[in-house]
Order: sequence, then C-alpha cells, then structure tokens
Amino acid sequence: MSFQILLFLILLVLGYFIGTYLEKKHYRSIIKREAELNKLPAVASKILPSGSESFNQTLVMGNVTISVDYFKRFLATLHNFFGGSVTSYETLLDRARREALLRMKSEAEKLNASLIMNVKYETASIYKGSGSGVGSVEVLAYGTAMIPKQPIV
Amino acid sequence: MLISNLEIIPDRKVVKHLGLVQGSSVRAKHVGRDIMASVKNLFGGELVGYTELLSESREEAMERLIQQAESVGANAVLNVRFSTSSVAQGAAEIYVYGTGVILE
Repeated sequence: MSFQILLFLILLVLGYFIGTYLEKKHYRSIIKREAELNKLPAVASKILPSGSESFNQTLVMGNVTISVDYFKRFLATLHNFFGGSVTSYETLLDRARREALLRMKSEAEKLNASLIMNVKYETASIYKGSGSGVGSVEVLAYGTAMIPKQPIV
Repeated sequence: MLISNLEIIPDRKVVKHLGLVQGSSVRAKHVGRDIMASVKNLFGGELVGYTELLSESREEAMERLIQQAESVGANAVLNVRFSTSSVAQGAAEIYVYGTGVILE
C-alpha cells in the first residue's frame, strides 16, 4: 500500500517537472516557427479576394498527437470534481491546434503557396476506452493551398 | 487529379457532378508503439508514433478516394472533408469524402 502511494507521488513529481519542461520547450518552438511562417496567411474564407492572380490548388494538411502528463491528468480529475475551467486541457488543445496549423503551413510553404484557404480543424481523442478517457488528442488541420501560377516568359 | 476542400475553384467551371466519392482506412499500431505511447503519456509531449500512424492512414484513405474518383471518371474532387473516429482502443478509422466532379 505504501509502495503504491510512493509510486503515485513519484509519478506526480516526475510528471510535473518533465511535463512542464516539455510544454515550455514546445511553446518556445511554436512561437518561433509562428513568427517565421507569418508571411503565409491561413484563412477560413472560401472566396478569393477579387482581382487576384490565378492559382493552382492543392490540399495540404498537418497533424499532431499530443498527450498531457500525469500531474495534469491528476489536476483535471480534481477539476472534474469541483467544476470550473480545466486549464491543463486548455493548453493541451491550444498546443495541438497551433502545432497542426504550423505543420500544414510548412507543407504549403514547400509547395511555394502564397495563401491557404478554407482552413478546417478536426479533433479526435485517441485512447478512448482506456481508463481516464481523454489524455491525448489528435488534431488535424487542413486547407487548400493556393500556389501562384508561374508567369509564362 | 485536383483535390481541394473548396467548393468553387476560382477561374474553373464544374462541367458535371459525379456524386460522393470516399475512402476509408482503419489502422492499429503495433505493441512497441503502444508501450512507448504509455510512457509518453506519463510525461506529456508529442506521441510521434501516433502522429505517423494517423498520417499514413490518412494517406491510404486519400489513395482510395482518388482511386474511386478515377473509376467514376472525375478529374477533381472538391469539398473534401476528413473524419476520425476511434473504433476500438488503439485503432482509429480515418474517413475522407468529397464530391467527384469534372472540371473544364
């Protein structure tokens, strides 16, 4: 019994420190890449602004699966009891969405796209049916990359 | 084959609608990845194995969609959407669907 409590505490502490470190590192990398890819707009609009040049289109997507650490999952269980906003899952989803969008953007950048239109998100929780439920989510971002046609010289 | 999730492609006209085309794929990961994932689940962070699995699965579903579109004679698939559902623990179904059309 005391061994189980000890294991629980160790996992809690490890989860907290490693989880926080990984999350901070991830956020730093997200912010850095967001600044780099800022020149490529991703919009939810379906209609091109009038008078723009002609484009080739192709579907681009980016996906990522992220999980929360043990400590945050424990916090979420507490939140479930008392109610209120579950911040530990909010950052999880925020990270996943931003990362997925960045991956989609970098795929579009490789194709020399100048715009991504009709961006949609799709979220699925992996690990359904195994104990506590949520834990990890998969986010897919997809849209249509607009690639300017090369002018004929 | 033009694949897009736009309903209207600028500068191009739809000559004929050929109806819904679809592709799906169900995949499960192998045990090694599952163990790695449960370790990662303790510390948080990206589950690379799952990301790869799902994107491979999506590619396969997409190939099936394209195959079906070709067999009905479409040259483009518009308004493409994705849908994911976890069928059982560790297995996910990826479903892609769209409208097969002939563009001029």
